[in-house]
Parts: sequence; structure tokens; C-alpha cells
Amino acid sequence: MDRTGHTTLAEWTSADDAAFATAVQEFDEQQALGYIGTVPDGPGKATHVRELPRDADMVILRRPIAGG
Amino acid sequence: MEASQALPELAAVPWRQPTDARWLQRWGRIWLAWTLLYTVPFIAAAAGMMWLEPLAAPVALAALAHAWIIPELYAFRGASVVRPKARGGEAAGEVVAQGLLGDLLGHEERELQRDTGLVLEPGSLGVWLVGEGGALLVTPGGRRVHCFCVAATDPDLPRSDRVAHLLLALRQDEEGFATVANHAFAGAPWRVRRRLPEVMRPGLDAARCAVTSSAE
Repeated sequence: MDRTGHTTLAEWTSADDAAFATAVQEFDEQQALGYIGTVPDGPGKATHVRELPRDADMVILRRPIAGG
Repeated sequence: MEASQALPELAAVPWRQPTDARWLQRWGRIWLAWTLLYTVPFIAAAAGMMWLEPLAAPVALAALAHAWIIPELYAFRGASVVRPKARGGEAAGEVVAQGLLGDLLGHEERELQRDTGLVLEPGSLGVWLVGEGGALLVTPGGRRVHCFCVAATDPDLPRSDRVAHLLLALRQDEEGFATVANHAFAGAPWRVRRRLPEVMRPGLDAARCAVTSSAE
């Protein structure tokens, strides 16, 4: 999620190693920029991931939050 | 996959006690005591002045005004955490961000968010209402609202994106979310409701309904 609303950074399937490797690299770069990997797990649940899960339907990279 | 439920942002506030149900109950009582502490003396002073010297009525009225205005200001501060933030114009990505936020919500929550700007999210601590710059928590029983000031760290994100950031963090770790957030106010729902923008009030009504129905 970014200033444009959201941007699709990478797409992969569990069977496509090359696409997954590209996605992992993108994921790592975004984490280095401070983004946090989050997998929506259905209603009311989300999981923080530090490595890109191959089998996830969607991983959202969000900015950190802080008390205002 | 290395996964964690604890919010990574907790590392930035290591001194804070976890905001759990007991913490919320304790702070709810502290806020109640605090409210009584700064209203009762003004009311007592007004009554005393009128009893001793009826000509002191204007001063007694000023004391009563203080007893009314100070709690109102605190409630205003609490309600302000979800008040829409003033901007020069709508961010370019708002339509796109609204779509992603909608995907994270069920049908009823999506409708409520579009009408009020608030996302209703049931949790273990109560029912949350998440706005772009903070969140309200209606605790079980529906008699108290806690107001939390919290936001995504990028100020230029579209409005809906800011809500989505908070929603994902809340879903990941509810207590962690409440711990990272700054507690701004706790009080009766009617006190917060009257200080909310009119368009947001149905959101608080829905949260109270949700918390009441979940208790039945």
C-alpha cells in the first residue's frame, strides 16, 4: 500500500520458481525500506510475515503505525 | 515461512505495559475518577456560593460552566482521534485505496465505512471503530469508549489506505495495536458521540449494537 492507493509489486504461483524468486527479492527490498509484510487470513485475522510465503494468496506490504 | 503475531511496532515502545482488558478497565476507572475530581469541586463551589450569598450567582454560574466545559473538552479530544484530517484535496490514489480497503471488509462493514468513514472490527477487547488517524474501542457491556490516537507513519497516504494500514495492524495483534496507540480518552459513549461529526455517529451506534448483541 502506497501513495497511489496500492501497487502490485509481484505475482507468483507456487509452481513458478522464477516468478517466486523475483517476488522474494521485491519483498526483501520493500522490507528494507521499512514496509511490513502482512497476510490477510480471512475475517478479522492477519499475520505478520518476515519471509514471503509461497502459498499465500496475497501479501500486503504496509507502513508501520505509531501513536499520534 | 517465519510468521509472528506480535506487532513489530511494539519494539518502538518497550516501556509501555500491554494494553489488555485489565489495563482498559483500570484506565476506565481512572478516567471516571478524574472526571469526578474536576467536576464535583466546581459544582460544590457553585452550590456553596449560592447558599452563602445569592448575589454571587454570576460566579456560581461560571463555576458550573467550568464543570460542564472541561469534561466536554476531554470528550472532544477523544472524539477527535477519528475526525477526518483536513487536507488540501483528496489524494490521487483514494479510489484505488478504497477498492483495496473494501476487499478487506465484509458487505455490512464496507457499507458502514462508506457512510461513516469508520471500519467496524470486532475484537477480543471489544468492538473497534477504525478511522484514518485513530480508533475507538467500545468495551464489553457498551458503557465505555476508549479513544486511541494512532496512524500510519506516511502522512501522504490516501485516506482509505491509512484506514487499511491500521486495520491490518489491528487484525494482526489487537493488544499490540492498543499498546502502540496513544490512549487519549475513556468515557461514556454518549459523551464521545455528541462530539463526533454527525456522519460518524451511526458508526458508534453500530459498534454499541455489535458489542451488546455479542454479549447476548
